[in-house]
Amino acid sequence: MAYNEQELAAVKEFLYKIADDQLIIGHRNSEWTGLGPLVEEDIAFSSIAQDKIGQAQHIYEILHNLGEADADTIAFTRDASLFKCCHLTEYPIGEYDFSLVRNFFFNHAEMLRFEMLASSSLEDLAKLAKKYRGEIKYHVMHSDTWIKQLGKANEESHNRMQAAVNNTINLALGIFEESDSADTLKSMGVFEGEKVLQSRWLETILPILESASLKLPESSNWQPAYGGRKGVHTEFLQPLIYEMGEVFRLDPKAEW
Amino acid sequence: MSSLVKISKEDVLEALQEVMDPEIPTISVVDLGIISEVNVSDNNFVSVIMTPTFSGCPALKYMENMVKEQIEKMQVSGVEVKTTFDKPWNTNMISAKGLEGLKKHGLAPPQKHTGLVQIEILQNVTCPHCGSKNTTLKSPFGPTLCRSLHYCNECLNAFEQFKPVD
Repeated sequence: MAYNEQELAAVKEFLYKIADDQLIIGHRNSEWTGLGPLVEEDIAFSSIAQDKIGQAQHIYEILHNLGEADADTIAFTRDASLFKCCHLTEYPIGEYDFSLVRNFFFNHAEMLRFEMLASSSLEDLAKLAKKYRGEIKYHVMHSDTWIKQLGKANEESHNRMQAAVNNTINLALGIFEESDSADTLKSMGVFEGEKVLQSRWLETILPILESASLKLPESSNWQPAYGGRKGVHTEFLQPLIYEMGEVFRLDPKAEW
Repeated sequence: MSSLVKISKEDVLEALQEVMDPEIPTISVVDLGIISEVNVSDNNFVSVIMTPTFSGCPALKYMENMVKEQIEKMQVSGVEVKTTFDKPWNTNMISAKGLEGLKKHGLAPPQKHTGLVQIEILQNVTCPHCGSKNTTLKSPFGPTLCRSLHYCNECLNAFEQFKPVD
């Protein structure tokens, strides 16, 4: 498909946003490797990390075909201000309750986003979206299982999960920060928009939270953590990017 | 000088029966279902299109090389191996022989699905050791991306399944 300048910029920004989210949350998930509270959880977080980073890589390859640098260069050498990930993905892993709740919020949004993108006019992305749905299904299953189990297990686990939900909701809402080029993407048939995604996301997560005896804070108190999509990030992103690129910078031409 | 013997697509697929999954040596890349397309030109140039099982599969580049090296052993003028998502892989694409290969490796094979994997089918997977269905899913993630962890309540063994993916 031939794009005009405005369309090309809109598509690139959109692809960066999706892939950067996956790369950064993937790396955060990988930080549980060796630290998980159970060996199965160690493996689960490591596998989810591997999926998400692999998925990001294939989206970076689409960007490469659109004229951007190759996937490794994109992933490991950009300055934080060029990343388009949302703040939710950037935070350190914290306690296990936070990491589980973060994944719960993120995985559902990601699943629904790729369901929408499976019929996108951007064919290369639509192909990936169809593939990714089947993989992310297992990520969603993992987070739903723990949300339900810990939401109801005992008073301590319930209180910790509820506190994590309360502390994470604004970050999660930052996923849905609308881009200036939203109208362009919509008219091109690439993506219907973050508002549509956010309302589908709420419809999906509310019954699951309810079945786990957990509640979202009142919507009148929501203050979405926006900025990530515009390149404004938390203090946690730059050190992470630096760490991710450490080996790459030693020898950018190394064969793996 | 010997005259050119035309290689067929079937010849290539037969040769690829010897290229095994590096993590599960009892199933070939052909039976796994990841060889999407094989084309042989008039002068025996072979192009192969592969598709990954999982997007994050770390063995992908390695398998591309294995396929390339295997075909280079034939009387070909050149080989090109590419990976695309044009025909995305799912576990229904594993051949009957492939499913047997998984069992030989001690893995429960994935159940056939109707295009949409329901989470329920992960429960009560048949134990590859004793055949009992009285089993429990321990975790949807195992030692490689394509496996899940299960426990048999009958013979009290842990086992892995090659998990169904749509």
